[in-house]
Amino acid sequence: MSRAGLLGTGQLVRLALRRDRVSLPCWIVVLSVLPPMMGSTYTELYPSVAERAALTDTLGANPSIALLYGPAFDLSSPGGFVAWRIGGFGAVLIALFAIFTVTRHTRAEEDSGRAELLGSTVLGRYAMLTAALIVAGGASLLIGVLQALGLIGIGEPVAGSLALGFGMASAGLVFAGLAAISVQLATYARSANSLAATVVAVAFVLRGVGDATADVPWLSWLSPIGWTQQLRPFAGERWWVFALPVGCAVLFGLIGYLLLPRRDLAAGLLPERAGPARAGGALTGSLGLAWRLQRGSLIGWLVAMMLGGAIMGALADGIGQLLGDSPQVRQIMRQLGGQQAMVDAFLATVAGVFGLLAAMYGVQAALRMRAEEATLRLEPLLATKLSRLRWAAGHLVFAFFGTAVVLLAAGFAMGLAHGFRSADIGGGLTDVLAGSLVQLPASWLLVGLAVVLFGALPHFATAAWGLVAVAILLSLFGPVLRLPQLIVDASPFTHVPKLPGAEITATPLVWLTALVALALGVGLTAFRRRDLA
Amino acid sequence: MTEAIQVRGLTKSFGATRALNGLDLSVATGEVHGFLGPNGSGKSTTIRILLGLLRADGGSVELLGGDPWRESAQLHRRLAYVPGDVTMWPNLSGGEAIDLLGRLRGGLDERRRKDLLDRFDLDPTKKGRAYSKGNRQKVAIVAALSSNVELLVLDEPTAGLDPLMEESFREVIRAERQQGRTVLLSSHILAEVEALCQRVSIIRLGKTVETGTLAELRHLTRTSIIAELAGSPNGLAELPSVHNLRVDGSQVSFDVDTAALDESLAALTKVGVRSLVSQPPTLEELFLRHYAAGDGDRG
Repeated sequence: MSRAGLLGTGQLVRLALRRDRVSLPCWIVVLSVLPPMMGSTYTELYPSVAERAALTDTLGANPSIALLYGPAFDLSSPGGFVAWRIGGFGAVLIALFAIFTVTRHTRAEEDSGRAELLGSTVLGRYAMLTAALIVAGGASLLIGVLQALGLIGIGEPVAGSLALGFGMASAGLVFAGLAAISVQLATYARSANSLAATVVAVAFVLRGVGDATADVPWLSWLSPIGWTQQLRPFAGERWWVFALPVGCAVLFGLIGYLLLPRRDLAAGLLPERAGPARAGGALTGSLGLAWRLQRGSLIGWLVAMMLGGAIMGALADGIGQLLGDSPQVRQIMRQLGGQQAMVDAFLATVAGVFGLLAAMYGVQAALRMRAEEATLRLEPLLATKLSRLRWAAGHLVFAFFGTAVVLLAAGFAMGLAHGFRSADIGGGLTDVLAGSLVQLPASWLLVGLAVVLFGALPHFATAAWGLVAVAILLSLFGPVLRLPQLIVDASPFTHVPKLPGAEITATPLVWLTALVALALGVGLTAFRRRDLA
Repeated sequence: MTEAIQVRGLTKSFGATRALNGLDLSVATGEVHGFLGPNGSGKSTTIRILLGLLRADGGSVELLGGDPWRESAQLHRRLAYVPGDVTMWPNLSGGEAIDLLGRLRGGLDERRRKDLLDRFDLDPTKKGRAYSKGNRQKVAIVAALSSNVELLVLDEPTAGLDPLMEESFREVIRAERQQGRTVLLSSHILAEVEALCQRVSIIRLGKTVETGTLAELRHLTRTSIIAELAGSPNGLAELPSVHNLRVDGSQVSFDVDTAALDESLAALTKVGVRSLVSQPPTLEELFLRHYAAGDGDRG
């Protein structure tokens, strides 16, 4: 690659920073302040040395917690606790940030045709990709530095702070590199994002299974999401682990650069086939069209969620025996209510994660409406006898029923797998399905809010992702950050009964469902009354 | 004659920007009506209001005898629309898009569909993004013209078509006109407007500045005269209808308002005319006069 290939990169970096002047600082601030905030609350939560010392054994011995958050190496210091609690999910968040950023400034620009306009100026062949990688990678490094500074600021050791900060940053680099490949392979920005996000999900599951089981711990080492934690920040840093993410990022990036000249602008490496000359019988109305536009993502989510459910269900029954075997651990387990209680807690926790994931599916399905409108594809449709409400109904079937299907499929797969392992298919299935089903009103509420945004503030419809992010952060970190109950209550998932294990209480489910109906009504009324924009 | 489209005093603002500022438009049933105006003058906004995609702020709008905002879905059974900016679904083929839009409009004429595909030489098996701009435009045109509707709303439909296809388009529209179909044609291609439209409306800055048949509009513009006279011209300079008068000995050249051609010619013949060249106004001049900023007050 010569210097000519990079011509204009600086200009493109400036353009990207200008376009992302709101979202980029948001990501950076949120990801940077989480670790020091969490470190401070740790000190409040566990003031005494004895309490801290017990943490590693109690929390660290619980495999369902290990599956979600990763291995607990040393929870007796604020830094060690933060590294454990945030290492995995923080890496997921920074990975998604890096992927979305790279796609947004490469593939999405090609989809919109803007890349062609830019490409006609004095611009090197590799300038776009390079600029996107500089922005995504630079922001990741900045997040890492700020995290480290924040942790040093609250009095944590410098070495551990740097290891955690740069560990997170390196996860961003790995996935920026991965996105450099996915944008060459996929034909559209959306498919490039899904491809790369699937790798994130697989990496997370690999790490989770590896950390929660005694027989296959090496699985964690295959996962870039797990490497941040394997650096062991604040628990005897293993600096050599850095070689893995850095080497991986460089390798991925190189592959991306090698693939780039082997494809045409706006085309993927996978060729596009010709379509039918006539529309099939199903493509007659809003539902038929919505099915064509949404079926790909629905099937993808369905497969992924069922796989995830089956894996979690298969793990659940063994969860009590897996980690640690000291007398202490056994005593803690008794305190926690024995193995059954631990299995239940595990299943309930996973069901909560499924609820969040299903909400993500539903929100992206609902936001398809905005995409159709913004790309002007809605106009010719509404110039036919199709009314606005009927058109919206087609997509909302996927946003709401699709969410239910995805959620219940995950619950079904988990229940079935758990039932097989525990030799009680009937019991396992009903318990686990109920645990998933109660999540539905909470997932739907986020989808409903996306519809409200689409109807009332179409230009800010993507802010629905912000609401999803808030719900995720509150679910995962709300309790640890000791946020005021009022704020934690803002997430609909706070109010969902934790099943199996807890009592079923119908009240929150009823008012959550009522809120969903209200949101849907408000959103659709606003959409019917406004200008197309 | 009934009116297919009747717009009076239409206003529409987007935030602080006033897009339409008291626009009038009337399209008679069965006529091909040209809708002209410089970029950003409010043509597409008007069309979107006519389709019920945008809501008017003020004024009255009637489309096929109904209110396009409140009765949009019912009215849309009777019209077809070609947007100025055609985007396609990336995973639908052109043929599928044509069928979908036709079905949503209440069915399409199979024979016409096939005939139009042939006429426009369009491959219906390509997927959305594989089409060029011109071919995307053709998909929209075929989709619109395949249905049997009363009114065609066409927003710069031939932008991006090659001259051959442009000619096919004109043939098709002429045939539609013969069948008594009403067409609202927004266009920048003056030859196309001249060839197809019976009446035109010209808008500028969200307001109608001129409307009428092409002959009427020509009448409103100036004819250029170059004449060799027997003596020196007399009284020409005093005529208010004469502009840009240049006298070079016995040769005069000037522009005259076509409506007042009589009096200037009378002044010439009084002196005696040796030769006379008269140039009728071209449409280009007509439009340039209306398009150019600030010309509205002079006209």
